[in-house]
Amino acid sequence: MSLFTGVQNWLDERFHWAELIGPLKKKTVPIHKLSYWYFLGGITLFLFMIQVCTGILLLLYYRPGANEAFESVQYIMTRVQFGWLIRSIHSWAANLMILTAFAHMFSVVFLRAYRKPREMTWLSGMVLLFLAMGFGFSGYLLPWNTLAFFATKVGTEITGQVPIVGHSMMVFLRGGEEVTGATLTRFFGFHVAVLPGLTTLLVLIHLALVQYFGMSVPPGLEARWEAAPGEARQMKFFPSFFLRELMAWYIALGALGALAAILPWELGTKADPFASAPAGIRPEWYFMFMFQTLKKIPAKVWFLDGEVVGILVFGAAGLLWMLLPFFDQVGRGRGRRFIMGAGIFALSYIIAMTIYGYMAK
Amino acid sequence: METQEPAKIQPVRRRLVEILLGGGVVASIVAFVYPVLRYLVPPPVPDLGGDEVVAAKLGDLKPNGSKIFRFGTRPALLLLTAEGEYRALSAVCTHLSCTVQYRNDLHEIWCACHNGLYDLNGRNISGPPPRPLDAFQVHVRGDEIVVSRKREA
Amino acid sequence: MATWRNSGLPRRLILRLALLLFACADVAYAQTANTCLDCHSVQDPPRRVTEEQFARDIHSQKGLNCASCHGGDPTKADLDAMSKAAGFRGKIERSQIPALCGKCHADGAYMRQYNPSLRTDQLSQYKTSVHGKLLEKGDTKVAVCTDCHGVHDLRPVSDTRSKVHPLNVAQTCARCHADAAYMKAYSIPTDQFEKYSTSVHHQAMAARGDLSAPTCTTCHGNHGAAPPGVDSVQNVCSKCHVFQDQMYEKSSHKAAFQSAGLPGCVVCHGNHGITHPTDAKLGTGPAATCMQCHSPGDTCDLARVEMLSGLTRLDSAIKDADHTLSVAESSGMEVSAARLEEDQARDALTKARVTIHSFRKELVDHDIQEGLKIAEKNMLAGKAALADRDYRRRGLGWALVFIFATVIGLFLYIRQIERNAPKT
Repeated sequence: MSLFTGVQNWLDERFHWAELIGPLKKKTVPIHKLSYWYFLGGITLFLFMIQVCTGILLLLYYRPGANEAFESVQYIMTRVQFGWLIRSIHSWAANLMILTAFAHMFSVVFLRAYRKPREMTWLSGMVLLFLAMGFGFSGYLLPWNTLAFFATKVGTEITGQVPIVGHSMMVFLRGGEEVTGATLTRFFGFHVAVLPGLTTLLVLIHLALVQYFGMSVPPGLEARWEAAPGEARQMKFFPSFFLRELMAWYIALGALGALAAILPWELGTKADPFASAPAGIRPEWYFMFMFQTLKKIPAKVWFLDGEVVGILVFGAAGLLWMLLPFFDQVGRGRGRRFIMGAGIFALSYIIAMTIYGYMAK
Repeated sequence: METQEPAKIQPVRRRLVEILLGGGVVASIVAFVYPVLRYLVPPPVPDLGGDEVVAAKLGDLKPNGSKIFRFGTRPALLLLTAEGEYRALSAVCTHLSCTVQYRNDLHEIWCACHNGLYDLNGRNISGPPPRPLDAFQVHVRGDEIVVSRKREA
Repeated sequence: MATWRNSGLPRRLILRLALLLFACADVAYAQTANTCLDCHSVQDPPRRVTEEQFARDIHSQKGLNCASCHGGDPTKADLDAMSKAAGFRGKIERSQIPALCGKCHADGAYMRQYNPSLRTDQLSQYKTSVHGKLLEKGDTKVAVCTDCHGVHDLRPVSDTRSKVHPLNVAQTCARCHADAAYMKAYSIPTDQFEKYSTSVHHQAMAARGDLSAPTCTTCHGNHGAAPPGVDSVQNVCSKCHVFQDQMYEKSSHKAAFQSAGLPGCVVCHGNHGITHPTDAKLGTGPAATCMQCHSPGDTCDLARVEMLSGLTRLDSAIKDADHTLSVAESSGMEVSAARLEEDQARDALTKARVTIHSFRKELVDHDIQEGLKIAEKNMLAGKAALADRDYRRRGLGWALVFIFATVIGLFLYIRQIERNAPKT
């Protein structure tokens, strides 16, 4: 303990440590029966940190390039000590991160935490979610196996369907007209340089905003607490909430370790650009609902191409969803009810379509 | 939350909790750091090659001689023609995937399983094989004979 | 075609126009008019030849027409075309067909202008065949050129719809040879096709689409079709099965079979109904062959037991290793290197099975030892992978214990500080 205080004093003398962490010390977290949902953002952050660490470790052995990528991942999985663990954790944590980010987003919708003044927090969170999906999409290709190759081919093909700018976007993503080694090099660049930089920046903004506005209390409860301030219950962020969050992180780490050791991430077979596509090409699960929708949409909707309509609808829906906080105050609770309905619809649509996508051949 | 326990037990219990927490944290950090440290140690085999492999050293092959080597996941055949030219081909017969061999008496590549014959360019010239053998590129780099997959244009 | 007939325009005019079009499209196409089809395309079979059929015919595509075989003058209308004066021959007698085809196909100089690499020995070969010899004797029931190759819509052999394309040969032969009533006079079996359909060669041909797999003509010849004699069976099989031939050649069985007048390979493997040989052939069960001649307990029987047990041992060693590797694989271990070696072990087993044809147990044993070495290595690789899996799980177990301890510790610690802290 004396060592700890010693360090604290040393820091305090030079950096005014106490002042720096002062706001953190004052920060409180409301206690109610839905407090558990506050942990999701933190878990997502923790998984992101794991991704950064394991990603850096993987960079020690990974080699981008159509000739070497698969072999280098195979090398990591078979020859490097604990390479299987690092890679499996990286893959599992990536998927869990998207899952917790989605859960975090829906909890914000249903607890109406997006409402004024936290619109920008919501927006930065949405951008973070898109970035996370970009991480997933670009990272999926990096092992250069058959499934990833064709999933990328299909994914970028869909991008190419966007009217006017689609083709240029596809060429930009692929680094040419086709998915080749050039695509791999590009995706590698996005995955390890562009996206991490942007994400780190946005995470900092997101956290600063959360810090600035404090934790949102569900509106019903907030009203009750305002009426009777004595009922309001809070816990200190530090150490009470922080230690609880730490518990959650530890549990997440255990789950990750168990998944990696018992179900190591598969490698598949090396991609062969000239082979015909294997049956059952499917994207990562978080793109499944969109993929399945585009598959089921009729070829022609009115006079438009069905796929283009699907893409436009998803684009519009995504945009509206991003601007969701701004509808909250519209027309005496009508906007609020509409958002609630849209949230329930979106959640059930995503779940239903994802299940359908995996059940259907 | 319970309250008011005998004051005497408190320090003992606190000590226990501290030991459990401290020990858990230290041990779990060791459990995280240990694999990472092991991961950092480079393995004895530098890499798995990829689409390029050192098939032989110069002088390993005599003119009109051959050797089977591993290329990726399949066997391949390196041969030195009587004229002193290196050729590298897939050694997997296109008929039923037996491993082919160079016949220095015939100056042809022969599959023993069903008497298939290929010429030195890998073209199937007699017997059951339905397709030519895949040909690879050969470079001589220093004293190493390097075989690589043909690049698509 | 039906619409043509119903249209108001005279059919002949349209035909002429069509022919003209054809002529423009293909320089090699006959420039002369062919009036034969005007009538023959609407006559009843067997005299019907439609334009459609004839257009598919390789000969018509190369510029020949009806008169090339049947004589007559197709530029003349109606019955004038078929006058004796114009050299009309009418229906070609079956006995005359080989000679007629041979007129061109046996003429190297003539054939060169169409296909220089096409053989021209079909007729001379045919004369040596059982079919040809019987035809010579006046038996017109035997196969002549058109029976196998078709007539009027004759396609080149490379066309998968040709009756003599490798995929269709067996069926073509079976049209007569599987017809018991038709073959009655010749007193030869008619179950060849039925048996062949169950054979490993037919499997390769039909199921795998391996056009190099043997069909009737591979062993019997095509134009010179005849049963291979007892002495030539081995030569026929050895065309593909080289090693088996070499070993058998040096084995004790060669001389023994020869002196007994037994037809080599066929003695143990059968002919038309050859199935994939299994190790049971060396056993004593119903599929076994050795004990049909050998008696139990003699030297050969002892060698047989040894060879069989060797094969069985290697086979089960490979299967065991494979099972271990599968278990490792299904629990997520990477064993692709050992999987690759597995092929080598299987190759060794195949080699040992081939070596059986030397009937020398020491040679077979040599191959088996080689395979066993690889199988053992694979087994070790599989076991190592399983050990690694267990190591991972143990490591996970410990890590989970530590994590659990930390979580419990955190939980108690939180309770402790919150109990002592003043209530907010």
